[in-house]
Amino acid sequence: MSNGTKKNALAAICGLLFALGLGLGGMTNPLKVQAFLDVLGKWDPSLMFVMGGGIVVGFWAFRAAKRRDHPFWGGDFGWPRSTHIDAQLLAGAAIFGVGWGLTGYCPGPALVALGAGRIGPVVAVSSMVLGMLATQAVIRRRGRTTSVAAARVT
Amino acid sequence: MMGFTPVGSTLGGLVLGVAISLLILFDGRIAGISGIVGRSFGARGAELSWRLSFLGGLVGGGLLWRLVSPGVFGAASSAGLVTMAIGGFLVGVGTTLGNGCTSGHGLCGISRLSPRSIVATLVFVATGILTVTVTRGRL
Repeated sequence: MSNGTKKNALAAICGLLFALGLGLGGMTNPLKVQAFLDVLGKWDPSLMFVMGGGIVVGFWAFRAAKRRDHPFWGGDFGWPRSTHIDAQLLAGAAIFGVGWGLTGYCPGPALVALGAGRIGPVVAVSSMVLGMLATQAVIRRRGRTTSVAAARVT
Repeated sequence: MMGFTPVGSTLGGLVLGVAISLLILFDGRIAGISGIVGRSFGARGAELSWRLSFLGGLVGGGLLWRLVSPGVFGAASSAGLVTMAIGGFLVGVGTTLGNGCTSGHGLCGISRLSPRSIVATLVFVATGILTVTVTRGRL
């Protein structure tokens, strides 16, 4: 098996495991997710147990990864470049939370729910992709004007 | 699947933990779903193929759930289609601006103790709670 095929197979297995975990955890049911956010109603803390289970395993894996120069199969770690907490991060997270509360779907469960053959997740995912592309376009344009302005200053 | 499910949810979380661990340890990738989707556009070669493979597994897993246990998708819809469209759009905008969602910031970011991800997670959980509290008329 070529290195590329091996890596694609791993990604597919991880995607499948991710769908399995979300379903087992109850996170593919948007009403259950909304019940976690409904702290003044009939609160369902299950989502915290999903996060806890994931982080308990992930903590050790990420600790081991940080101590290595390269992943087991070579190449480099794709660590996020930005480390500072800025207005864009806060605004983005805040906007995401509103959409999450309205639909009960964050990106992972919404994609798994495409398999349900219902219209709701299809609408949620298509609008999500539209929102991503629109925001990417705005960020690119703003980046260009900012660099033009910076060039003028210098 | 309604009501508190501590055992099933912990089990599900452990499986998610295995998935994010395999991906980071073997191939150095972070299993952040919004990033995997958003950065597929314009990606080529290996950068595109691993993303499509992951997303194929994710949606394929959904199809399997439908065959084995369609109840996992919930008995009723959580929102009307207009709300789905508006909410979905906001999810796309917010995760792109904030560089991550529940998986990238919540699972992977907190696992590696990133202050940025911990703050992002606190913020989106807070506005999520606020949104459900207001739309369900709890105040």
